[in-house]
Amino acid sequence: MIDRELYLKSIQYRIKLLKYIKMAGAGHTGGSLSCVDILNVLYNRILNVTPETFNDPGRDRYIQSKGHSVEALYVVLADHGFFPEEELETFYGYRSIYTGHPTRKVKGIEQNTGGLGHGLAFSVGVALAGRLDHAAYRVFTLLGDGELAEGSNWESLMAAAHYQLDNLCVIVDRNTLQLTGKTEDMCGLEPLAQKLEAFGGELRLVDGHNITALTEMLCKLPFTTGKPSVVIARTIKGKGISFMENNPKWHHGVPNDRQYEQAQQELEARLAEIKS
Amino acid sequence: MSFTPGSELGKSNLEVFAETLLALARENKNVLAVTSDSRGSGKLTPYAAAVPEQLIEVGIAEQNLVGVAAGLASAGKIVYAVSPASFLTARAFEQIKNDVCYSDRPVKLIGISAGVSYGALGSTHHAIHDIAVLRAINNITIIVPADNLETTEAIKAAAQMSHPVYIRFGKRPMPHLHPSGTVFEVGKSLQICDGKDIAFIATGETVHPALKAAEEMEQSGYSCRLVSMHTIKPLDTEAVIRAAGECHAVVTVEEHRTAGGLGEACAAILAEANMQIPFKIAGIPDEYTVTGNQLEIFAHYSLTGPGLARTAVTLLEGITKG
Ligand SMILES: [Mg+2]
Repeated sequence: MIDRELYLKSIQYRIKLLKYIKMAGAGHTGGSLSCVDILNVLYNRILNVTPETFNDPGRDRYIQSKGHSVEALYVVLADHGFFPEEELETFYGYRSIYTGHPTRKVKGIEQNTGGLGHGLAFSVGVALAGRLDHAAYRVFTLLGDGELAEGSNWESLMAAAHYQLDNLCVIVDRNTLQLTGKTEDMCGLEPLAQKLEAFGGELRLVDGHNITALTEMLCKLPFTTGKPSVVIARTIKGKGISFMENNPKWHHGVPNDRQYEQAQQELEARLAEIKS
Repeated sequence: MSFTPGSELGKSNLEVFAETLLALARENKNVLAVTSDSRGSGKLTPYAAAVPEQLIEVGIAEQNLVGVAAGLASAGKIVYAVSPASFLTARAFEQIKNDVCYSDRPVKLIGISAGVSYGALGSTHHAIHDIAVLRAINNITIIVPADNLETTEAIKAAAQMSHPVYIRFGKRPMPHLHPSGTVFEVGKSLQICDGKDIAFIATGETVHPALKAAEEMEQSGYSCRLVSMHTIKPLDTEAVIRAAGECHAVVTVEEHRTAGGLGEACAAILAEANMQIPFKIAGIPDEYTVTGNQLEIFAHYSLTGPGLARTAVTLLEGITKG
């Protein structure tokens, strides 16, 4: 798939995830919009996994530690045929398997997440198993920046470095916001790059909305032999919808009818722009 | 040759655990021990020497220990996560709840030096909350073995289990309570002696004190039943109901707070079965736990042969007076 097709998908994914959030009357809008381009590149270009190979021990794994951005994951998985997209109409519904955080009840999802600071330890375990088995699979995990205040992440990163897990790639969705406000106003993360490096990660910085740059970077794994690859993907919370961008109010904001219409218009306009 | 329960001292359940795990690991290279600076406390030093590639050390980081164990299990490993029961079940509680139980990863959580095994080290090191908190989690089996046989069998059974399990035990040598060859089944209690006056339903390292109590009471003409309730969840409901139906009173015994443990689980079963019976939960009450070694703490809270006999006799005398 060429870059243009992926840029189209990025807009289509946004249209869809907003649709299901609107339909459910709930969701984690801002964070899904900030990480959906990363998921786009992972599933369309990097991960060696399909619905047919999902139970294959040799598949690549993607574990979404920032479980609340589940809508982004659902629409990408549906696009890849893990389940029929219409099933997302039950999102947040009574007895639906499409809960507000990922669970293994949904095909394509590796691990139940939602409590923060859990995905990395699990990923380290999967990567260690791969190492023990001399397996070729790689493990990717996506962390929110707000969740980096959870100390468990740093325990896991130390272990990843200790065991030289270069089959592990940790991506931080650095949108600089969390539920209450700016990460730097809550419990400052900066200098984040130095911290991640000091804990043993081989670090790269990337524009988390630049499909080309993300692809180039994630095609070159591991960044260095014997170290976990760590990416700070600089992103914009609410990316793609003018009034949602960089506004913590949209962490789990649901657009009203007027806002929804405006969001759709902005995305349709962007779609037309890419197509032309 | 006849077997008398409690007459012969065995090893510590901890040692037996470590030996059993090593045997399992030698048979199957997918068996792993994951430790948090706990290989020494877990008596796993010989294991580490024998099968070094089957031991994963994560340092003093219990949250990571459990998360990593879940990840390893997801990739087909048979994972024993070994850590002091206190830290394993309190520090890493959310990892147990989410990464292991909710996500259904068949990790074998091994709580070593459980209960008040750490004695005078104090309450930071005691695990007398673990049964209560884990009982409230969906999708976990809880096993508290009493003697070497129960421990060996529980550790072996865990390897075959496809869902999460927690096994906790202490580090003091334990007398043998069952004849060799006794069939151990997860979820099915083992009756050590039978009687009709009192039923002791005990678990883990308090089964032996309960046996001493039963023996003492027999001397005074009481007949006692003793059940080793090694599996707390799923609980052997039938054995609890049978004990209440066939005996005049029930005393539950555990190395745990009286809140939320074996005793309350039994009480709920009896209440829901509409069985009214003189009933007492022996355990550690809701107070700042007394300082002392394990046996001193047991003595302080009447979790000894004489203490439990007193509790039981008082209960039975209440019936006569009533
Ligand atoms: Mg954020």
